[in-house]
Amino acid sequence: MPEQIDERQVRHIAVLSRLKLSDQEVATFSRQLSAILAYVGKLNELDTSNVEPTAHAVPIQNAFRKDEPEDPLTVDEALAGAPQRAGSFFKVPKVLDQDSA
Amino acid sequence: MAGMTVSEIRDAIAGRRMSSREAVQGCLSQIERLDGQVCAFVSVAADRALDLADKIDARLAKGEQVGVLAGVPVAVKDNICTRFGKTTCASKILANFASPYDATVVAKLEAAGAIIVGKTNLDEFAMGSSTENSGMFVTRNPWNAECVPGGSSGGSAAAVAARMVPAALGSDTGGSIRLPASFCGVVGLKPTYGRVSRYGLVAYGSSLDQIGPMTRDVRDAALLLDVISGHDGRDSTSIDAPGTKSAAKLDEPIGGLRIGVAKEYLGEGLADEVRAAVESAIDVYRSLGAEVVAVSLPHSEYAIAAYYLIAMAEASSNLSRYDGVHYGYRTPEPDDFIDLYSKSRAEGFGAEVKRRIMLGTYALSSGYYDAYYLKALKVRTLIKDDFVEAFKKCDVLACPVSPTPAFRIGEKIEDPLAMYLGDVYTISLNLAGLPGVSIPAGQSEAGLPIGLQLMGPHLQEERLLQIAHAFEEETDWHTRVPPMADAQTA
Repeated sequence: MPEQIDERQVRHIAVLSRLKLSDQEVATFSRQLSAILAYVGKLNELDTSNVEPTAHAVPIQNAFRKDEPEDPLTVDEALAGAPQRAGSFFKVPKVLDQDSA
Repeated sequence: MAGMTVSEIRDAIAGRRMSSREAVQGCLSQIERLDGQVCAFVSVAADRALDLADKIDARLAKGEQVGVLAGVPVAVKDNICTRFGKTTCASKILANFASPYDATVVAKLEAAGAIIVGKTNLDEFAMGSSTENSGMFVTRNPWNAECVPGGSSGGSAAAVAARMVPAALGSDTGGSIRLPASFCGVVGLKPTYGRVSRYGLVAYGSSLDQIGPMTRDVRDAALLLDVISGHDGRDSTSIDAPGTKSAAKLDEPIGGLRIGVAKEYLGEGLADEVRAAVESAIDVYRSLGAEVVAVSLPHSEYAIAAYYLIAMAEASSNLSRYDGVHYGYRTPEPDDFIDLYSKSRAEGFGAEVKRRIMLGTYALSSGYYDAYYLKALKVRTLIKDDFVEAFKKCDVLACPVSPTPAFRIGEKIEDPLAMYLGDVYTISLNLAGLPGVSIPAGQSEAGLPIGLQLMGPHLQEERLLQIAHAFEEETDWHTRVPPMADAQTA
């Protein structure tokens, strides 16, 4: 496991995470994330080559319910918290610019 | 009224010796008196609570059948959705979020007649161990206002400890019910994963999160668990088992008890006064005829590393829903669509939430997934198997909740890793999905509460609570009142 996260990597992870970080935050996270990763590197002391992963403590699969209609939220209820709406839609800035259209 | 437990208030209301309005008013007065100092509540729904109390009182006056918690005031952690008021998760990104639906636990509490008087503070999105990561304000420990209440359910713990409400709900992903319960001297139960529906609990670490009660004594924890537990078709991780009936079984004899003590939980880093409290608690069980068995949980030292990788990976995925589009905060002037996401999230989330999203994204990213996330899931198997082996030799494990009593505000906030290491005794239980309870079991020289943690096998809450209750019958730690609350209510 690599145990240092430099500022270039922090900026890359921030893009993946959709977080616009300040230069100050980039520097702080580089230091803090490196310290945390150095600590979790401790897991490498364990040989887990023959161990199955546990994603959930309780193995529940395919939780089905009866296919009976229920009353869903109304459009107005679903849009009540939207920062911007237009009619019965969520309103967002233009997604495609002219070059990519 | 402010000194009364859930069961006492419930009985007084049912017996018409007290009205629900008086009970709710008593809580509101105590909140009015003390919450300026404690800062446990993000919001208080006074008018709604009094209105509901009047309705319960009117039904009782007509002799109508009412629920098992009829008229009893409670509080709910502010990451649990309510149709009334706001559900903020103590985050700026949800500061104005009004849920269009009730969480199942809220619907169940209200169906049983309980009255929710307010929503309590937490570390933002339940990420933290001190409630200092709240995006709203810092909650203070009622036993010493310079100390943290623990977290992340610090508001719920402080509200119960300061007698502002007799009970509250919290959520526990890595110790977030048990740790603040220990720091504030109240009872905090984390049920088996899947025992209580998480429908309407704002998701943090979905394979770990569980809702549970925080109360003054074990009987009240049992009463609340019996109301909120049970299968829910709206939560696909809900266990298909009937709800508990633990209150009715609380006084059954605990005979033939084997208490397991794991050496890994009493080793290096444990404060002497916490060790002493845990050892005296074990002596109490010995005096009740319990056999004390030495057990081992050999992978305990890897739990924090595995836990934080898993919790952060799940957090990074869960929190991708905060996009500035569907609900929540939106940055005022985005350059374009991507900027709308990145700025809204950067301006809406606090430092700890960003840190966990970043680390989780890294652990799940191409090239690192196997080395970090998958590795952590494999270690989780080893930790889970440790418990299976241990419970072949004992009924419950007795151990500390935290290496130290409550620490001072500001002491660890600049060092995230130091904060994470304080969760050493609580997080294995979440990885294994098992039930555990923190009960008051001592006091430090500085006058801060110390909790005892009891951990039980899968779905064994009824037995676990019987055993916790037996300790309470022999001791009076749970009756201690923080000086601030005592002076004001005397």
